[in-house]
Amino acid sequence: MLVPVTVVADGIPQPLMDKPGDARRGRVIAANSDRGNCLICHALPIAEAPVFGDLGPDLRGVGSRLSAAQIRLRLVDPKRQNPDTIMPAYYRTEGLYRVARAYAGQPMLAAQDIEDIVAYLKTVTGE
Amino acid sequence: MKRPLAVSVVGLLLAAAGIAAAQQDLAAYVSGDRRSGFTFLAPETRALQTDEFRNPGMLWVEEGERLWSVAPPGGQSCAGCHKDAAVSMKGVAASYPAYDEEQKHVINLEQQINQCRGRQKQPALAWESRELLALTAYVGRQSLGMPVAVKIDGPAAQSFARGKEEYEMRRGQLDLSCAACHESQVGAKLRAEVISQGQMNGFPIYRQLWQTMGSSHRMIAWCNEAVRAETYPAGSQEYVDLELYAKWRGRGLPVETPAVRR
Repeated sequence: MLVPVTVVADGIPQPLMDKPGDARRGRVIAANSDRGNCLICHALPIAEAPVFGDLGPDLRGVGSRLSAAQIRLRLVDPKRQNPDTIMPAYYRTEGLYRVARAYAGQPMLAAQDIEDIVAYLKTVTGE
Repeated sequence: MKRPLAVSVVGLLLAAAGIAAAQQDLAAYVSGDRRSGFTFLAPETRALQTDEFRNPGMLWVEEGERLWSVAPPGGQSCAGCHKDAAVSMKGVAASYPAYDEEQKHVINLEQQINQCRGRQKQPALAWESRELLALTAYVGRQSLGMPVAVKIDGPAAQSFARGKEEYEMRRGQLDLSCAACHESQVGAKLRAEVISQGQMNGFPIYRQLWQTMGSSHRMIAWCNEAVRAETYPAGSQEYVDLELYAKWRGRGLPVETPAVRR
């Protein structure tokens, strides 16, 4: 079961978990190609993983541009903010077609993982 | 001082000629707005494909050439009916998948080969078996350089329409369609990989990631798995339809079998 979320304007103001996000853990998940795999499409200032894709916006400085609420929505279900985006929803299980059995009914990341990545991206303020 | 300058000028001219030749080479792999996966490859990988003594896929072509003339017990060899493949199979791969009067639906080249085997009372060759890849590669090779031209009207129209639908359907946990990447994001980078148009003019391909030859359906299934979607079995009508649509997208591109890909 997923934690219910409430979208307000273009964000989700309420954290998914009571435990505050752990930015250090979020950075690890963001860089891990089996977990967040953010670098496959986005640039992030992660020195030990210098190769990144360019399908998505450059995320260097994202913490200054977007609020935690905005980042949270873009992780949970970015199509609610931009229906044409190709970015996958990291915390959604409904409305998907032919999900492989091994992943059926599961979100791409757990609620705490989302909070950890939100906390991490809020620290990504400079280049 | 004079000599090194002259040498460097000659060197520059040669380099410029080399670049012009390379660009000219690539023009053969483009048709209108369609670009073969070949044009997205590093020069070393392109050279590996075009040198038939180094192209690892040629091992399968050679095996296919041998199998072409092997008569099974109680049946004809391919050569028994079709004689010289260089004549009888020229252009065939460029036109598959194609509607089959016997099956009453569109079939691909592997299925056509197995249909022939059935007529000779031989068991079907398994998908991704060395023999089926070899025969498909050998037949494919006879169309080398010929433009892809599949029929999508008449009895193939339904299959084509279904293939287009499959192509555009978002699927899997990542909720991505084929088109989301291979139409909208061509040239963009997924980490270090450049997204191609997903053209299918070189199958079966020698894929370096697999370190072996693979069919068009293995490739489609691989993409399905990458977006964490349920696959269909190789030879499923869904994949044949999708292959027909994908082949049509690359209409006019040269057959490159066996292509070498990353």
